[in-house]
Amino acid sequence: MATVEDYGQFETAWCPGCGNHSILKALKTALAELDLEPHQTLLVSGIGQAAKMPQYLNCNMFNGLHGRSLPPATGARLANPKVKVIAVSGDGCNYGEGGNHFLAALRRNPDITLLAHDNQIYGLTKGQASPTTAQGQKTKAQPGGQPSVPFNPIAVAVAMRVSFVARAFSGDEEHLADLIVQAARTPGFALVDILQPCVSFNKVNTFGWYKQRCYKLGEEYDPTDWGAAVVKASEFGEKIPVGVIWRGDRAPFEDFAPGGGKRALAEHRVDKAALADVMQSFA
Amino acid sequence: MSETAINILVGGEAGQGLATIGQLMTKALVRAGYEVSVTQDYQSRIRGGHNTFAIRTGPDPIHGPETGVDILVALNQETVDLHRDALKEGGVVVAGEGIEADDCQCLRVPFKKLAPKAIYQNVAALGVLGSTLCGEFGILEKLVSQTFAKKGEEVVKANLAVLRDAYDWVKEQDYSFACMPPAPQGNEGRLMLHGNEALALGALAAGCNFLSFYPMTPSTSIALTLIGKGGELGLVSEQAEDEISAINMALGASYAGARSCVTTSGGGFALMIEGVSLAGITETPIVIFLVQRPGPATGLPTRTEQGDLNLALYAGHGEFPRALLTPGTVEECFHLAHLAFDLTERWQTPVFVLSDQYLADNYRSVEPFDLDALPETSSPLLSVDDPAGYRRYALSEDGVSPRLIPGYTKALVKVDSDEHDEFGHIEEGPENRIAQNEKRLAKASGLRGEVIPPELFGEENPDLLLVCWGSGLGACLEVSEILTDQGKKVATLHFKQVWPLREDQFMPFLEGAKTVVGVEGNATGQFARLLRQETGFVMDGMVLRSDGYPLNAEYVLKALESLV
Repeated sequence: MATVEDYGQFETAWCPGCGNHSILKALKTALAELDLEPHQTLLVSGIGQAAKMPQYLNCNMFNGLHGRSLPPATGARLANPKVKVIAVSGDGCNYGEGGNHFLAALRRNPDITLLAHDNQIYGLTKGQASPTTAQGQKTKAQPGGQPSVPFNPIAVAVAMRVSFVARAFSGDEEHLADLIVQAARTPGFALVDILQPCVSFNKVNTFGWYKQRCYKLGEEYDPTDWGAAVVKASEFGEKIPVGVIWRGDRAPFEDFAPGGGKRALAEHRVDKAALADVMQSFA
Repeated sequence: MSETAINILVGGEAGQGLATIGQLMTKALVRAGYEVSVTQDYQSRIRGGHNTFAIRTGPDPIHGPETGVDILVALNQETVDLHRDALKEGGVVVAGEGIEADDCQCLRVPFKKLAPKAIYQNVAALGVLGSTLCGEFGILEKLVSQTFAKKGEEVVKANLAVLRDAYDWVKEQDYSFACMPPAPQGNEGRLMLHGNEALALGALAAGCNFLSFYPMTPSTSIALTLIGKGGELGLVSEQAEDEISAINMALGASYAGARSCVTTSGGGFALMIEGVSLAGITETPIVIFLVQRPGPATGLPTRTEQGDLNLALYAGHGEFPRALLTPGTVEECFHLAHLAFDLTERWQTPVFVLSDQYLADNYRSVEPFDLDALPETSSPLLSVDDPAGYRRYALSEDGVSPRLIPGYTKALVKVDSDEHDEFGHIEEGPENRIAQNEKRLAKASGLRGEVIPPELFGEENPDLLLVCWGSGLGACLEVSEILTDQGKKVATLHFKQVWPLREDQFMPFLEGAKTVVGVEGNATGQFARLLRQETGFVMDGMVLRSDGYPLNAEYVLKALESLV
């Protein structure tokens, strides 16, 4: 049985009060609940404070480039079915720098769980607008207010009917852990967009701001009703729904990529006879 | 030029089937046992424009393309207008009715009569061409049967009838064109392969099982060959959303146990550079097939150049070792692709194979590769003695640390784009930085220790030494032969690896020649500058070509006139 302790205790480089601390705790709880041992888990991250998550966990780790957590996660998933692939990074990383990869992942629907830490600001670079910053919000880099409307990852993911779409709030650790478990158990792409405060650089979307607005979706909500999900996905403002917004039945990408994700490519050996036949097709 | 070779040029608009005619004819020649060298020139458009498919063929070895044409197969008037001046004495134009070619010997083919439907025109052209060369009908017959076999007996029968009519029609015509000399014996069973196909086969022979790519001329046919032929061999592939994704996906797969590669050309590679740096610091093996075309930016998208040597050499921020392999022939494409996968795995650093459009599309007659003779490609670890103590970036003398694949043991495999400690965790301290940086850079001396020596063709102390790399080989070899026949002492030094460099492998040759001339398919002599930077050696002269067309003997000879 995997336990929370298996995943270790590390000193972090995060600010006190940062939402990342509770996301880390929730993730550990979820991994234990999923009974994944550290060596069976692969965390792939981009760059940013959220992307440091794999540094603070005992598990396999591919800490790559800014915005690029999903491509290596997809490659790893196709190459090695022995590890559970979880991508972790922030809103700037996933929806800004990596926007094209996010869109492509929604189209592919690979069996990857994406934990998007969404604090609606660039924290590591000290407070510029992110793709999810509210229109009009003032920052040092956008002194006249962020001119663009915020990207809605939930709505886009629902529109693409990926396997699993959830919104979470880092302030409710237990609920978050449960959503991560559900996401990881879903074959196909599972997005968990996690609202979290940035205590240093986002003075608008504070812990209190989220706490006041986030409400849990109740039993009456049916996440398999696509029309309802489209509507729910757009709800963001005075009230913000958290929970499973959408649950689809699209087949995972691996079902379409020949051999991808089913065989461990490390065990591949050249079939010389077959290759000789291939060569002869050029005669 | 070569006494025994003839040059057939098929010209027409894109979409007229010239590549089909060219490929069928080339295959017939290869099967008959002839040598071939194909040069394809096409434009960046799907239909229309002016494209050519040139087959230089004969019984003796052929090094590369030539400008003069013996048989000009004109599918449109433009072909005659553009290439009439290249027609050699005694040459013949093969053209349909209605195409004007009054002042040359012209075999005017009644295509409408010979090919009752337009779709038979390619086969009619094959019949005419085969007959003009006095080719054996049996070879053409078998080729056409096989080509159309999938479409059913009726189609095969109809095409064979067209082939026979066209073949016989030529025999009744009054024109003079010498038959091809007989093909040498013992060339049976050869393959018809172009550079990109050979790269793909070399990759598959090395156990390549993962490809992610974004299509880009002229690299795409490597990917298409890998996908088309590699699927049954267990290759997993994905067309990525962009080149940035392609290389990152390939690195993720490699980390997780795949033998990964990407295929691209200059503009696409420019986007991959961030990922090259990631491969450098994470020490993740990857083979990058970079098929050059002229830049800057979109440049001449379908033409050839050796202009991206510097790009590949310096790609990536920070400092880390790499190897650059530069095949000069289709055979070398196969062997260097194979070697690239072994090198990248053993040294855990990116390895490039630099080709170009000319070599990519250059069909040749090739002996099947001896798969049993190939060395085993090295593999990562699937087990480790002490899982708890496993360190992905353990310091070592040669800079290589044990590369374990995650999921097979209790050991955790941690790779990090940040500077990291031996376990793969971020560590920004100066001592660690120096230790890890030195570890990575130490691999350079290992790579240098097994650099492929440049190959010398000719005498060791020539009056004129031609220095080339990659696809420049053929032109230089032909020039050497021509000048040697004229009584001159000329040799060629060919680099099939341009980085790292080892002075001891080539300085004696450079110093032993009276005059050393660099020959490159670019405008600035990138390799000559690299040699100068590394050794201080200055070439006596340069032959450079950057008009989009491949180096050939005529071009080099003409340029030499003003140099030597």
